[in-house]
Amino acid sequence: MLSYFIKRLAAVIPTVFFVSVMIFSLQQLLPGDPAVILAGEDQDQNTVAYLREKMHLDEPLPVRYGYWISGVMRGDFGESLRIQQPVRQLILDKLPVTLQLAAMAMMVALLIGIPAGIVSAVAKDSAWDYLANIFALWGLSTPNFWLGILMILLFSVTLGWLPASGYVSPGEDLKENLLSMIMPAFVLGNAIAAVLMRHTRSAMLQVLNADYVRTARAKGLKENKVVLKHALRNAIMPIITLGALEFGTLLSGAVLREQVFSIPGFGKLIVDAVFNRDYAVVQGVVLFTSTVYIVLNLLADMAYFLVNPRLRG
Amino acid sequence: MSILPRRLVAAPIDLSVPPWRATSRTSRGAPLIASISVVAAALLLFIVSFISFSASAQTLRIGLAEDPDVLDPTLARSFVGRIVFAGLCDKLFDIDEKLGIVPQLALSHQWSADNKVLTLKLRPGVTFHDGEKFNAAAVKFNLERHKNLPGSSRRGELLPLTSVEVVDEMTVKLILSAPFSPLLTVLTDRAGMMVSPKAAQANPDSFGSKPVCSGPFKFAERVAQDRIVLERYANYWDKSAIHFDKIIYQPIIDSTVRLANLRAGQLDFIERVASNDISGLKAEKKFNVASITELGYQGITINTGKSDMAQKNPLGRDARVREALELSLDRGGIVQVAADGEGEVGNQWVAPGSTYYAKNVPVPKRNIARAKALLKEAGIPNPSFTLMTPTTSDGQKVAQIIQAMAKEAGFDIKIQATEFATSLNLADKGQFEAYLLNWSGRADPDGNIFSFYACKQPLNYPGYCKPEVDALLNKSRSTLDVAQRSKIFEQIAAEVLKDRPIVYVYHRHWLWAYNKKLAGLRTIPDGLIRVQGLKMN
Amino acid sequence: MNSRAHSTVSGPLNGATVVTASHSDAPGRRAWRRLVRRRGAMLGLGFVILFIIIAIFAPWLAPQDPVETSWSAIRKAPSAAHWFGTDELGRDVLSRVMWGARASLLAGLVSVSISMALGVPIGLLAGYAGGWTDGIISRLTDSALALPFLILAIALAAFLGPSLINAMIAIGVSATPIFIRLTRAQVLAVKVEDFIEAARAVGNPHWRIALRHVLPNVLPPLIVQSTLAIAAAIIAEASLSFLGLGQQPPAPSWGSMLNTAKNYVDNAPWMAIWPGLAIFLLVLSFNLLGDGLRDALDPRHK
Repeated sequence: MLSYFIKRLAAVIPTVFFVSVMIFSLQQLLPGDPAVILAGEDQDQNTVAYLREKMHLDEPLPVRYGYWISGVMRGDFGESLRIQQPVRQLILDKLPVTLQLAAMAMMVALLIGIPAGIVSAVAKDSAWDYLANIFALWGLSTPNFWLGILMILLFSVTLGWLPASGYVSPGEDLKENLLSMIMPAFVLGNAIAAVLMRHTRSAMLQVLNADYVRTARAKGLKENKVVLKHALRNAIMPIITLGALEFGTLLSGAVLREQVFSIPGFGKLIVDAVFNRDYAVVQGVVLFTSTVYIVLNLLADMAYFLVNPRLRG
Repeated sequence: MSILPRRLVAAPIDLSVPPWRATSRTSRGAPLIASISVVAAALLLFIVSFISFSASAQTLRIGLAEDPDVLDPTLARSFVGRIVFAGLCDKLFDIDEKLGIVPQLALSHQWSADNKVLTLKLRPGVTFHDGEKFNAAAVKFNLERHKNLPGSSRRGELLPLTSVEVVDEMTVKLILSAPFSPLLTVLTDRAGMMVSPKAAQANPDSFGSKPVCSGPFKFAERVAQDRIVLERYANYWDKSAIHFDKIIYQPIIDSTVRLANLRAGQLDFIERVASNDISGLKAEKKFNVASITELGYQGITINTGKSDMAQKNPLGRDARVREALELSLDRGGIVQVAADGEGEVGNQWVAPGSTYYAKNVPVPKRNIARAKALLKEAGIPNPSFTLMTPTTSDGQKVAQIIQAMAKEAGFDIKIQATEFATSLNLADKGQFEAYLLNWSGRADPDGNIFSFYACKQPLNYPGYCKPEVDALLNKSRSTLDVAQRSKIFEQIAAEVLKDRPIVYVYHRHWLWAYNKKLAGLRTIPDGLIRVQGLKMN
Repeated sequence: MNSRAHSTVSGPLNGATVVTASHSDAPGRRAWRRLVRRRGAMLGLGFVILFIIIAIFAPWLAPQDPVETSWSAIRKAPSAAHWFGTDELGRDVLSRVMWGARASLLAGLVSVSISMALGVPIGLLAGYAGGWTDGIISRLTDSALALPFLILAIALAAFLGPSLINAMIAIGVSATPIFIRLTRAQVLAVKVEDFIEAARAVGNPHWRIALRHVLPNVLPPLIVQSTLAIAAAIIAEASLSFLGLGQQPPAPSWGSMLNTAKNYVDNAPWMAIWPGLAIFLLVLSFNLLGDGLRDALDPRHK
């Protein structure tokens, strides 16, 4: 078992290396000259030339990759040429916001997804099953920005219960902070709830037919108890694992919701940087979120390995 | 806690404890719980009142349509950044509602007889946010920084400036290689902004992340894509005009969300309201709406000589086809449909209301018959071309309207929605046939034409190059007299608008919506928000 | 959107269900009979077929030309003349929804087919071969999964050039790693089962074992995954067309219609309701159908 863990741990290094190469090369696929776009509306030739030099655009790709990766190893992620801030600073600024949003969204997703999944599995093919499906899939098939805007119009403009958008740091005002995060967390969690629900349903259906559940039923245990104690306990592991992975993707994946609610998280940072061709930011932030994702993934794998000995073969 | 007489501490709780919980007071632990809750409640009340106090009347919250770029006037490259600069950095001059030049950090100016030396008298008693004095040496430092800092975007605007001479503490001479009529107007914008020489020298590589200027507000904090916070500068030279302690600029990209924030009371002011929201806002009467004709324009830039693609397409090859395209457009209809009437039709680089509008070339009326005749004459009754369009919803709307209108004259337009960075690059390389492009505009018409029509200039995407036009453009730069300059612009218009490398369509309105209580707003055509005189009633 | 596609990363979980499929009498027909018995699946199938019919016959079914503008009928609420109302350029929303079904259905089906066509064989290879092959494929898959989906899709689509078909390819390729991983995980679980051992013992060649015995057991979670991925792909197409990398204006797709509509939430909500409803119904139908298929193909769930 230890050797498995060591092997998995060792695999992190090549994976992160591949990620760094991939993100660096993918960026090169983007059309447009980053110096031209960063030069803004005046297109001053002097500025363009300066930016080209600053970004080493005239040097061969491997050399540029070398500049970047050697900086990263020294803890220097480069600088955003658009706003003149170090990328490391941007990551540190946005990390708490992103983590909080991801955590709250995950809570929403778990609270909606798991119960809906259980209900739909237990009451398979009944009206409840369809209702739970509709409820969950609604979140998946409604574009987030749309849901987000509607919620803002209802809860902020019409009812005035929640702040429309913007982020307040918890240090400044905890209550405002929580209030400002409710809607984005809900919209974000709602979409993931669909995925959790579908997988919970699937996992529960398998477990409900398993021998030990039948045995439990045969022993005359109440159905509620059978479902919650025996079936759910066995079905929950994959869900938790899935949750861990989802959490990882939430770090970089909340782009449009962040945009609607003006939450300054990683997703928006990355996408804006792509459009502005602010390469240092794209590379640095994606490398960071990807590494977090890979580590979470690893932990999930290990947890899964621990509870599922069959994989050890 | 025990030092306090029990009654005193417990007394206020009577008011706050609901009747159904009153019994709990009789239990033994009650006094302690009561006192803790009182303290907690008091603390909470204090915090809440503190927050609501600090967040109320004294703070101005402005919703921006984009996230500004670097906040260094020398390096800054975006329109939206200029809105923040309006609160942060004073300039040598400013413009007023009618584009007249008014003093700001410079009190007066004097041209030499040959128009090659500009002498400025500076405002005394001005300090930068770090306490440093503003004087002639600071002006010299700043103008030289604009010219020499690597990556400066101001160099082109100050090209004819050869040197700056300090005459005395409060007098400075700008020495030019040739007369340059746009200079004063240029000094009303970023090229005229003054930063603290000491701070700029101390932080050469990161000055833009912590700018130190001399404007009414000083830089406090910036969280990228979230907010820029400015705080009132206590020693501002015109402090009686400042009525806020703090300004928070918040970029909120989506116009619907920006408006929702205003409606929810989270913002006091939003810029660039979507035109389709205006009639509703006006009817509601809860907010004030301001509408200002922009200095820029929305137009179709046509590749007439940037690359060999120009010759391969009838539109780029034949001026008659371009004229037919212009005649096929119902400009009034475009403004109505695309901008709900919030815009001004135009056929030139400045709006028809401008002093410099060339009256010899009026806006042509739509004429499908004539357009068809022209196409027939050119031998191409059904020309086809690709219109490169920004991915913004406004851009796509305008493109689709143009497509439908031009179809009636026989044009077959393909729309190619192209993300901005890509489109700039394609335009730069001449890899386009026509490009729907808008320009945010400059106060002096020179900023709207020189770089677009003079040979080999960076914004000359049509690839237009005519020695006689170049000569006229240069002449307009060296002529200071407004009437004479207008004549030159008429000559340029007669030439360029016949060739039509750019078909101008309309001038948008800057649309602002703001809290009814906000007073003192000035509507200056550059679309920037002047904070002087603004107050909340 | 990106989180959606990623969210489908179920990794090794998704219950390593093992289906001891009996490959005796016409399994296809038995599965079909099981499918027919399921009301939800039939309902889903019905809707999917309906949407396909609408997409194919849009030119005849649509009451108006979807790109025909009318300056006098801008943002008009639903009426007898325009059942679904009109959009910002006076075009008939009903006709646009019908024509938009083409782009959106294609975006969903083609891109998921691409993901499956690439992901399943690679996953099978990795899981079945093991060793170095597996090591390299898995590391690359992990790396690709770690990148934000939208960034991957944008870069690919931008590289391929703007068109609907290229957008589908980009979405399909970007979603492939998930399918590789799912397949591989399921193969690993199945590989050690007795019936595989038995097949090996009687001297079946590897390709036959992989295709005939392993593949059928891998399908159930892949079906769940595909139905979710279709939704993600339809929405991703919207994002790409918003960036000028998908369907080009004025041709409609549901996603691009929604994108435009969000600017008119206040004064023309019908512009968003109909394409939104269409996406929802289609995604729901695919998921109901997927549920049915999954159960029908899995003999343990009767």
